Amino acid sequence: MATEAAAAVGVGYTKLTKASGRTVLDLATEAARSSAQDAGVPLAEIDGVVSFSVLDDSVSSEAVATTLALPELRYVMDFHQGGQSPCFMIQQAAMAVTQGYAKNVLVFRALNGRSGVRVGSGQFAGGAAQYRYPIGYNAYLMYIAMWAQRYLYETRTDPRALGEVAVAQRAYAERNERAIQRRPLDMDSYLASPMVAEPFRVADCTSEVDGACAVLVTTLERARDLRHPPAVIASAAYRAGARPGLDIGDQLLYDDYTRNFTSLLREELYRRADITAGDVDFAEIYDCFTAVVLMGLEGLGFCGRGEAGEFVRSGATGLNGGLPVNTHGGLLAEGYLHGMNTVAEAVLQIQGRCGDRQVARHDVGVVTSGALVDGSALVLTTDR
Amino acid sequence: MSAPAPPTPAPGAISEFFWSGARRGQLMIQRCQACGTYIHLPRPVCRACHSFDLLGEPVSGRGSLYSFTETHRPFHPFFVDRVPYLVAVVELEEQAGLRVLTNLVRVAEADVRIGMAVQVEFERLSDDLTIPVFAPAVAA
Repeated sequence: MATEAAAAVGVGYTKLTKASGRTVLDLATEAARSSAQDAGVPLAEIDGVVSFSVLDDSVSSEAVATTLALPELRYVMDFHQGGQSPCFMIQQAAMAVTQGYAKNVLVFRALNGRSGVRVGSGQFAGGAAQYRYPIGYNAYLMYIAMWAQRYLYETRTDPRALGEVAVAQRAYAERNERAIQRRPLDMDSYLASPMVAEPFRVADCTSEVDGACAVLVTTLERARDLRHPPAVIASAAYRAGARPGLDIGDQLLYDDYTRNFTSLLREELYRRADITAGDVDFAEIYDCFTAVVLMGLEGLGFCGRGEAGEFVRSGATGLNGGLPVNTHGGLLAEGYLHGMNTVAEAVLQIQGRCGDRQVARHDVGVVTSGALVDGSALVLTTDR
Repeated sequence: MSAPAPPTPAPGAISEFFWSGARRGQLMIQRCQACGTYIHLPRPVCRACHSFDLLGEPVSGRGSLYSFTETHRPFHPFFVDRVPYLVAVVELEEQAGLRVLTNLVRVAEADVRIGMAVQVEFERLSDDLTIPVFAPAVAA
C-alpha cells in the first residue's frame, strides 16, 4: 500500500427511474451533494470533482462545482470513456488526495440514460465507424455478444450459464430497494425472455435508467474522523491491451475475444494490495451484459478457465456463497449508471451498510469497471 | 414512401480503397509494402514494422468464421425489414488474426458454426454503397 492511503468515505444516489423529468445537471448535483452529506464532509471542503461521459450525455465537473457553489477547484477531470471509467476515476481521485493536490474529491456519473441519450444504441464516430454501421453492427450489445459467442465456443460453456448469472443477481435485487428490476427471476423465465442478439436475451442486458451516483474520496487520515468507517482504496489498476481500438465502438483488433481486461490487470491489482484471489470476500463485477461477469470471474482468478458458469450455478456468488458477486443486483437489475453504482455498492459493503443484502465477510472487496478490451479495477478494504 | 437509406460510410483517404474495391466486386485489404503485413482496419502505419508505405491490395476473399451474432432487433430504420440478420467476424486466410467485420448471408443461424469456411460476396445497398459480405464456402 502507498505510504499515505486514500479512502472512499461517502456515497450518494438519486432515485433510479425510466424518466427522471429532470436535467442531468440536477441529477448530478443531487447525487454529489448526497455523497458529501453521507460522509459528513462540508461542501466547502470539496476541492476536486471528477466525472466521465459518453456521447456528451453528462455535464461537466465544473458545472457541478458551480451548482454546489464550491469555493474553489484544485483538481478536475472530465474523462471521455464509458464503463471503463469508474474505478479509474476513483484512482484519479486517490492519486490527487494522496499527493496533496486536493483534499476531498467528488467522483460522479449522471445521465438520463433511458429518457435521454441511450448509449447502448448510440452511434460512435471514429475510425472504425464506417465498418460497423453499414452492416448493422450498431448497438453495444452486439459487440459484447460477438465476444460472448466466441467465449462460449472456446470454453465449451453452456449458454444457460448466462442465465445463471442473471438469476443469481436478481436474487440480490429483490433485497435492494434502489433496483429497477426486482421481480423474481428463475431459469424458466430467463429462457422465456426474448432473444435480442444471440446469445443475449433481454434478461442478459443491463437496465438503462435515468439517475446519478457519486462517491467521495479523501485521505485515510481524514477518513478516520468522518461519519462512516473508511473504505480503504488498497489498490487500483487500469489496463488496455494491445490495439484497444480506433474508437469506443471498436473491439475488432483485439486478439482474444474470450479474456477481457481483467486477466491483464489482475496481477498488478492484487500485488499492489498484497492479496491473492483467495483473500477476496466479495466482488462487484461490471455487468452491462451477463457474459462479462463470467469473463471477470475467470480473469480475476476466482475460478479456472471455462469454469465460471459452473461457479455461478453452484451458488458460490450468492449471498451465502463463498464469493458474493454483484450484491446490488448488478447493472442488470439495479440500473445502468455505467458502473459508478458498482463502486458505490462495494463502498457500502465494506462499510457494512447493506442491510439484508450485507455480506458476512466484508474486509476485502474487488470492483471492476469495463467489459472487453479495456477497463479498471479496485481493491477496497476495511481499515485494517 | 421511399425505403430508408442504408447508413453510408464517409471513408477518409486512408480507407477509400476498401469501399471503391467493394463497388468493383473486389475485397481490398491494406498491406505494408515494406514487410508484407496485411492490416485491417486501415491505419496510417504498419503494425509490424511501422512503415508508412501502405497500399490496398486484393485478397482471396476466403476465410473462416471467428465469431458471429444474430440480432433480432433493428437499431436503425434501414434494418427494420432485415432482422433477424447475422453479423460476423471472419478471419481471412492470408494471415493469422487478420479479421474483418461483415454480414453472414445465405445461411440459417442454426447452420452457422464457428470455424466454418466462408467466401466473400458483394451486396449492393445503394448507388454509392456496396458491402463485402460472406457466405458459406462452396466445396471445390
